[in-house]
Amino acid sequence: MSFSFLIRRILGAIPLLFGISLVLFTIIHLAPGGPLDVYADNPSVSPEALEQIREAFGLDRPVPVQYVLWLRSMLVGDWGLSIRTGRPVLDEILTRLGPTMQLGGISMLLSFLVAVPLGIISAARRGSRTDSTVTLAAFAGISLPVFWSALLLQLVFSVWLGWLPSAGMKSIGDGSVSDRLLHLILPVTVLSLATIASWSRYIRSGMVDVLSQDYIRTAYAKGRREGSVILRHALRNAMIPAVTVIAIDFVTIISGAVITETVFAWPGIGRLFVESMNGRDYPMLMGLMMMGSVGVVAANIIADIVYATLDPRIRHG
Amino acid sequence: MTGPLLDIRDLVTEFRTEAGLLRAVKGVDLTIARGETLALVGESGSGKSVTSLSAMRLIPDRVGRIAGGEILFQGRDGRVRDLAQLDQRAMSDLRGSEIAMIFQEPMTSLNPAHRIGAQIAEAARLHEGLSAKAARARAIEMLRLVEIPEPERRAEAYPHQLSGGMRQRVMIASALVCNPSLLIADEPTTALDSTVQLQILVLLKRLQEEFRMGILFITHNLGVVAEIADRVAVMYGGRIVEDAPVDRILEAPRHPYTKGLLGSVPRTDHAARASGQRERLVQIPGSMVDPLRPPPGCDFEPRCAWSGPACRAAVPPLEATGPEGHARCIRWKEIA
Repeated sequence: MSFSFLIRRILGAIPLLFGISLVLFTIIHLAPGGPLDVYADNPSVSPEALEQIREAFGLDRPVPVQYVLWLRSMLVGDWGLSIRTGRPVLDEILTRLGPTMQLGGISMLLSFLVAVPLGIISAARRGSRTDSTVTLAAFAGISLPVFWSALLLQLVFSVWLGWLPSAGMKSIGDGSVSDRLLHLILPVTVLSLATIASWSRYIRSGMVDVLSQDYIRTAYAKGRREGSVILRHALRNAMIPAVTVIAIDFVTIISGAVITETVFAWPGIGRLFVESMNGRDYPMLMGLMMMGSVGVVAANIIADIVYATLDPRIRHG
Repeated sequence: MTGPLLDIRDLVTEFRTEAGLLRAVKGVDLTIARGETLALVGESGSGKSVTSLSAMRLIPDRVGRIAGGEILFQGRDGRVRDLAQLDQRAMSDLRGSEIAMIFQEPMTSLNPAHRIGAQIAEAARLHEGLSAKAARARAIEMLRLVEIPEPERRAEAYPHQLSGGMRQRVMIASALVCNPSLLIADEPTTALDSTVQLQILVLLKRLQEEFRMGILFITHNLGVVAEIADRVAVMYGGRIVEDAPVDRILEAPRHPYTKGLLGSVPRTDHAARASGQRERLVQIPGSMVDPLRPPPGCDFEPRCAWSGPACRAAVPPLEATGPEGHARCIRWKEIA
């Protein structure tokens, strides 16, 4: 894969992102209600004041005009103002990005470190009791809804045992490293469980596939032992199918683990999204969703680069 | 060193299947001397590949096991060891260094993600602890040995950049890198064009003389047998049905199955053409014995033109047909 291919991929993403923005803009405006409905029943906000706000945010214009206005300012780097808080959208997002990256990053790293060995062991001992146990646990992990496992863990470890804080990023008046770490344990666990479960399946199936290849038998015939056959000959080829899934999951989590962040009152992107959705905060929603879309497109390009690194046939083909 | 290089005695290999244990090899005896090529011949399903994989101990426990017999191998140190009893660790020390194997599919037997040079030198790095630099030099030397042009450049290539014949040369180079005393070649030319087949056979013969290896050459192609073998063992239904020196087998087969195999090979030599005789190809009727329901007597009896009631009674013993040959047929004397 050449540099020019990369450039072409990136240029190709531009019209795609325009299309996405158009669809997103249409969809959020199709949702019933609007940003000013919160004030509708508030007697201290006069109809005249409402009309003024509507004009100030351009909400009185037709939707296509609103889209063009939004697009024009977006192109010059102005993400607009949040209708809900009045603060710049970009500032709000950046404030929330830190906690999300912290939670998501740690979860992703943990998931990777656990899922890869689990998948390998499961594949290398396929049909064994270990494999059945891992498989059962993985399906349980995939099937359990996140909100349920989150609530259950809160109940056990915070309410009954009192070992861990139930929500938030830090205790009020504390904020030491250990306090922050304690607050991370439950959300990271919840977020990782589902990813570990699904990634380990992808890695297992990739591994099972590769282990039955002829070149694995060749490696044994050369005198390699099982461990080094797996690490040197199988793993690299087995990771290829898992790459896309991992890249996309990474973006999904970075662009807001909505449920986990909500249950654990984590001040991240996911919660910002829920709050903005409830308030029909159009500029904020567009900002968040466009960020996610750029992330997904970027993740796909990165996955392509990783493929090429792992597989010389793609690199030279 | 005296005694055979490889001496397989009464080997039995079983596979686990959903229908129960399947006996793929039912008591096979084979010997190979240093510098000798034994061709193991048979149809698909005759158990010839399983015999070779058993000797390499490359049948995963999950799939099957060696249920009986001995695989006696005389190592470089002169010690004779039973490979069937060796633990995996000791076995992997022998694999790639003293016993090497090449496979049927050069297209898939090389790792697509590794460079040719690294794959050739792999066994040498593993068994001789070669440095990266020495390994590279050895790989280039091996590429030259198997007559690949521009070895320095090819060492950096990936398998997908090479043709099938080239890849089989690379496989041979990677198998011979530690100078093994026994090479097991499982249909190494089957997947190649016939012109390339011949080149590979000539190469193998040359290397065998240089390295003085014993070769267990598995094939179903009797043309290949004539080209490379010193002795031939014919397998059918998991048993050796005939063995003899190559000329004897090709000229005077004693087992109906061997005779059938020879009859199904088109003759293209000048003698046949000059005499104007276009012999009809003779097919062996019927199909390979079902390993889950073998007949009570001779495995080949249902397809055999010479079959009689005595053939159905019991599995015939392997009888000596001369000073160096054996056949598993009670009527071998009538077959000439």
